[in-house]
Amino acid sequence: MCTMIVEKVKVDGSGKGVSGWFALQQANVSYDHPFDAPLEHALNIDFVNESQGPSARVAVELSERAARELVKTILAVLDKAEAGGHLA
Amino acid sequence: MIYQTDMYEGVLAETITMTGANGGQINAYFARPLGPGPFPAMVLAHHMPGWDEWYREAAFRFAHHGYATLSPNLYFRAGHGTPEDVAAKVRADGGLPDDQAVGDLAGAMHYLRALPYVNGKVGIFGTCSGGRHAYLTACRAPGFNAIVDCWGGGVVMGKDQLSANSPVAPIEYTKDLACPVLGLFGEEDGHPTPEQVKQHEAELKKHGKNYEFHMYPEAGHGFFYYHRPMYRQAQAVDGWQKIFPFLEKYLGISA
Repeated sequence: MCTMIVEKVKVDGSGKGVSGWFALQQANVSYDHPFDAPLEHALNIDFVNESQGPSARVAVELSERAARELVKTILAVLDKAEAGGHLA
Repeated sequence: MIYQTDMYEGVLAETITMTGANGGQINAYFARPLGPGPFPAMVLAHHMPGWDEWYREAAFRFAHHGYATLSPNLYFRAGHGTPEDVAAKVRADGGLPDDQAVGDLAGAMHYLRALPYVNGKVGIFGTCSGGRHAYLTACRAPGFNAIVDCWGGGVVMGKDQLSANSPVAPIEYTKDLACPVLGLFGEEDGHPTPEQVKQHEAELKKHGKNYEFHMYPEAGHGFFYYHRPMYRQAQAVDGWQKIFPFLEKYLGISA
């Protein structure tokens, strides 16, 4: 680990990993070396269920800009859903 | 040693089980030249992305150059899966506890020292977090004869970076280092920065240690990794050409 910058958040929902869908338990958000994205550091999100072992993981590795845009977009979509009365 | 085309050569490479930190059993990748020896030996401290294919290839490379080479799975206790999945779990936990990494790497050194075909000389190599772990281990665990630190980030740490896993910056142990160090770094690296490398070098100098640092221009972090965009061909070739003569000087060559 090189930057050691990581936060964990409990989440619920489902993720589709290599063995199919599984219940999500947690999202691990780090800014550290990615495994695949062509960047020295990336905003990495691992959606995991630790009770099912390390392989229960859905991973994304994003550039800083992409991560910030994603956050804005998620919030915008939720705002729209709320305004439409869909979050009740 | 430069192999000649009429020489016999062979390498045996396999997964073994060894004793690591606190007497725990972990697995390790062991690659060694065939033949009676005696061979010098190397411990490899894998990088943050895990106990992966690059480290198997590196182990094989050292073995091809005549070193009995052991690469312990420092992430063994995080469970099993693909190297990336296991490394992601360790990343989420903020990395390895330093004491555990030192215990596992020292265990690998003791494993090698007990082998009848090892010449009594053991070095340690690591890249990225592995460079840091290699340096820390060589300082804290007596018994290493040479260290190769490739862009080990976090040797120099601010107080705000210390944690339960890493309570003491490795540079603080420099006075205890008892073997020569080869350090390879890139000018464009942010971890360690060239300034941090200078601080590390100053500490080695202050304590009269035997060291050789090389700072490569137009190279950043991980410039040996041919599968990543940070790969720098000329600097990587030169780096390997620094490593093997250094090891030959301090560990000897296989008989």
